[in-house]
Amino acid sequence: MNLDYIQNTKISELIKKYPFFLGFLENNNLKIENDLTIPELMDSYDEEYKEDNGISKEQIITQSLDYINQMLAFLGEGDDKVESITIKAGQHKDGSKETFGDIKILSGEIVSIVGPTGSGKSRLLADIEWVAQRDTPTNRQILLNDDIPDKKWRFSIEHKLVAQLSQNMNFVMDLSVYEFLELHAKSRMVENIEDIIIKILNQANNLAGEKFTLETPITSLSGGQSRALMIADTAILSKSPIVLIDEIENAGIDRKQALDLLLSEDKIVLMATHDPMLALIGNKRLVIKNGGIEKIILSTEKEREALKELEIMNDKLQTMRNRLRTGQTLSVS
Amino acid sequence: MNFITVSGPPSSGKTSVIIKTIEAFQNRKHDVAVVKFDCLSTDDDKLYEKIGVPVKKGLSGALCPDHYFVSNVEEIVDWGLGLDVDILISESAGLCNRCSPYIKGIKAVCVVDNLSGINTPKKIGPMLKSADIIVITKGDIVSQAEREVFASRVNSVNPSAIILNVNGLTGQGAYELSTLLFDENVHINSLKGMELRFPMPAALCSYCLGETRIGEDYQMGNVRKIDLEK
Ligand SMILES: Nc1nc2c(ncn2[C@@H]2O[C@H](COP(=O)(O)OP(=O)(O)O)[C@@H](O)[C@H]2O)c(=O)[nH]1
Ligand SMILES: Nc1ncnc2c1ncn2[C@@H]1O[C@H](COP(=O)(O)OP(=O)(O)O)[C@@H](O)[C@H]1O
Ligand SMILES: [Mg+2]
Ligand SMILES: [Mg+2]
Repeated sequence: MNLDYIQNTKISELIKKYPFFLGFLENNNLKIENDLTIPELMDSYDEEYKEDNGISKEQIITQSLDYINQMLAFLGEGDDKVESITIKAGQHKDGSKETFGDIKILSGEIVSIVGPTGSGKSRLLADIEWVAQRDTPTNRQILLNDDIPDKKWRFSIEHKLVAQLSQNMNFVMDLSVYEFLELHAKSRMVENIEDIIIKILNQANNLAGEKFTLETPITSLSGGQSRALMIADTAILSKSPIVLIDEIENAGIDRKQALDLLLSEDKIVLMATHDPMLALIGNKRLVIKNGGIEKIILSTEKEREALKELEIMNDKLQTMRNRLRTGQTLSVS
Repeated sequence: MNFITVSGPPSSGKTSVIIKTIEAFQNRKHDVAVVKFDCLSTDDDKLYEKIGVPVKKGLSGALCPDHYFVSNVEEIVDWGLGLDVDILISESAGLCNRCSPYIKGIKAVCVVDNLSGINTPKKIGPMLKSADIIVITKGDIVSQAEREVFASRVNSVNPSAIILNVNGLTGQGAYELSTLLFDENVHINSLKGMELRFPMPAALCSYCLGETRIGEDYQMGNVRKIDLEK
């Protein structure tokens, strides 16, 4: 794909070959004139129209090329799965070296991140998102699949390394669940849209206490239902291999199952949390202090037993919640 | 000196993002100065003063603030040079989406926010289309899916720009933005002879010149009529 080709090919041909190009034309308020080339199309507009829409011939030609090339790169990927990320030690806020050497996290792993406010948890997550190359305040380096990562992970919006879920996030669009998922699926260029939508709905309903349908407007979902839909949607539709979870507290969803869903889609899950139930689900805990990773704690046998106990307590709590929800009385055994 | 022009619709997070970015510059011991443009009033200058940067405000009054910007930008740059700062940042009024006075050869940043709706990117003109860097804010309050859809719409309107998410409240992403903005090899010494990236709207109808009466008889100059047939 080069400039020559873009300039000498009819729009109908471009759209036939690259269906996503239609979106580019529409979003730039350009007519779909099948028999024209892009330069001819641009010549067919008067100056006033071009000025009003903030477009110029040269700009639309080069941006058409940029857009098609970006999309092709995005669609052509598949063999560049992220199977591991490696954090290479940097420094604390006072400049002293971090002592851990390397930390390698594999896909399907859950790592929790703990430490007081201001200690550097968000900075660590930001280092990963920015695939830091000793060019952030922590001087850390991030590797993907044991290698220095391609620049696309930093700059391409189609290759976002990290998806985020947090307590404060809400749906703001005025759409039904179906329309919303369809919109997202289209922007991700998936093919079997209907199947994916049903899959996400089912998974979300598994996570949420109360069921909702494809016709429900997303803004009228309850807190728990919204969270469930966000998680199912992120697990299944988001291409980002890493999911950051910032404090998902009791929000009326089955959190253990939510994490299982993310892991079943081969995500790497990083979780900033102080909730023992969640922190103990992780295989590793990174303890952050003074801007650096102070300690790496591997979950021990004892902790796993404690987790089992916590899960039993949690199940009890869940049962009681359900009893309350369905109008029954509680009895303590 | 580096000169950076920042534009974006009202309340998109321009001031918040600039402040967080300046803090990242200050940590690296770069001196920064800011110029805020607006129409009638602004309190942004106080926010900039609070973080200890020299600030000037330019109020355009009855004039278009973007035209006002271009008419004053040379003086502004001279002011920055006089202060001997490393970086001069301008924040636009962000009143109309039609234009923003980006200058060829001067780094142009457009700030848009996730709450503005997915159809907003295609309604914003050169301000978005000819920016070098597009910063998207308020990702902390919408879902991952909405962030992805919004970013892909922005990308389809300006595929050449670098698109970056920055949280104007916590500053997440601001350090990263600061590394894209400052280039130690850039030395702006004067704007003489530089050009706008895109022509400003041709204004100058009678209302621009102070006419208040309504009706065809009073309309002179560059008048355009609505097409009610369409
Ligand atoms: N939740 C959230 N609020 C933001 C963010 N960025 C800015 N804001 C808020 O949005 C409002 C407008 O921001 P401001 O920087 O004044 O926008 P400006 O008019 O473009 O300069 C303020 O109340 C900010 O606190 C963000 O990333 N997330
Ligand atoms: N290793 C480090 N060197 C220098 N500054 C750091 C380092 N780690 C964190 N910081 C800075 O410390 C501040 C607080 O860190 P942050 O990640 O927001 O903490 P938390 O999320 O744990 O509350 C931020 O401004 C961050 O950039
Ligand atoms: Mg934090
Ligand atoms: Mg402002």
